Amino acid sequence: MKIGILGLQGCCVPHERKFAALGVDCCRVVFPEDLTGIDGLVMPGGESSTMLKAATPGLWSAVGDFAEARPIWGVCAGCILLARQVDNPSQQSLGLMSIDVRRNAYGSQNDSFIDDLELNLTAVVHIEAIFIRAPQIMQVDDDVKVLGSHGGHPVMVESRRHLATTFHPELHESMAVHEYFTGKVGRHSDG
Amino acid sequence: MTDEQRKLNIGLAQMLCGGVIMDVTTRDEACIAEDAGASSVMALERVPSDIRKQGGIARMSDPEMILAIKDAVSIPVMAKVRIGHFVEAQILQELGIDFIDESEVLSPADETHHIDKWQFKSPFVCGATNLGEALRRIGEGASMIRTKGEAGTGNIIEGVRHLRTILREMKLLAQLDEGDLFAEAKRFQAPLQVIQEVAKTAKLPVPNFSAGGVATPADAAMLMQLGAEAVFVGSGIFRSSDPQGFAGAIVQAVTHFRDPGKLVEVSRNLGTPMPSIGAGQLSAEEKFEHRGW
Repeated sequence: MKIGILGLQGCCVPHERKFAALGVDCCRVVFPEDLTGIDGLVMPGGESSTMLKAATPGLWSAVGDFAEARPIWGVCAGCILLARQVDNPSQQSLGLMSIDVRRNAYGSQNDSFIDDLELNLTAVVHIEAIFIRAPQIMQVDDDVKVLGSHGGHPVMVESRRHLATTFHPELHESMAVHEYFTGKVGRHSDG
Repeated sequence: MTDEQRKLNIGLAQMLCGGVIMDVTTRDEACIAEDAGASSVMALERVPSDIRKQGGIARMSDPEMILAIKDAVSIPVMAKVRIGHFVEAQILQELGIDFIDESEVLSPADETHHIDKWQFKSPFVCGATNLGEALRRIGEGASMIRTKGEAGTGNIIEGVRHLRTILREMKLLAQLDEGDLFAEAKRFQAPLQVIQEVAKTAKLPVPNFSAGGVATPADAAMLMQLGAEAVFVGSGIFRSSDPQGFAGAIVQAVTHFRDPGKLVEVSRNLGTPMPSIGAGQLSAEEKFEHRGW
């Protein structure tokens, strides 16, 4: 199994460390051809508006094609890219999950926070969730399952193939979310 | 700053990796920077090259202008305070600025103390020319280090020297026995605990960005290839002949920093870079890099 990390901008290295600890190979994805031969893709935290500008032509349509068969996990900025609709301000997105997302919904860095979170993964797990200038998931359709909520808003959701978190599992101790995504990738993999 | 807040602050610095932080002086410039793909903007009244030309005391910018820029963009906004000027930092924290730059580009306010950054919730970025300086700032609570370079010159040589120096000093530290680290802490005038951490990993415990003298996409890509995790561009964007073009090209160069083909593409027909100052043209007193202790 090989997992790609979208390497346009943002927080890539901590994901690579987590997957390495799980024995999963990683590579960076910058060009459309980098998607060949990988089984899942992580779109990491960072600035979504930067990622939109830094992408080479053809990358997003290739990610869209990839998403037809393979899982994508969007973290924070990546969750914004996965969404159907984005506001505050409105922004282009890939529409790969039926969720509506508000950017910087909690405010500036002084409003970033860490809190305990209960997640319904294969079992119920409790983690320390790190929210950094986080977006909020404002609406989810019926084909999207909520795996964790905070303050009345979903913060971890999944569709049949894809996964989105508004917090940063790559920065906390727990391996649970990386294990969960690896499992999802395994189920969709040809091997 | 609690341990939790420190994790959040270093986390924000990690989110800015692989990006370009651009100096902007107006709302319009902030929008141009964001549209070009800047991962953050630095709000200030005068870019470093103008501070150099005009002379006098350079201070924190008017909160009104910082707020106007904060209002204009959705990306994180940084702003500068003078070295040691903890009250300017209190004001920026109150404004809800995302990152405070305790910067040598402004006139220092204290000749012995830097700000005690542990007293603040907001994250700080500080400049460094060598490892000792970087580790002293981290000991004081900085969540991000940037090499100083020589701001406002359009000359990359100082930035390259500072980055190479820090990276080399970390590699050497990692070779030493644990018993040697006590002496190294004295030599570097830095906290032992941070020295031990660097000796273990050969990396700073916070992201290591680069700044000062970046004028072209090639300059930015060079810092990235040397090992910078992101790049600050001061006068290089809005004192060039085509700010929009330079901003977009430098963003592309930082994403594709190892790709010569892409670097050719973004460097072609770009226009004239910012006016530059040669390394020998500045006296020691005129150099910003010597500010900080």
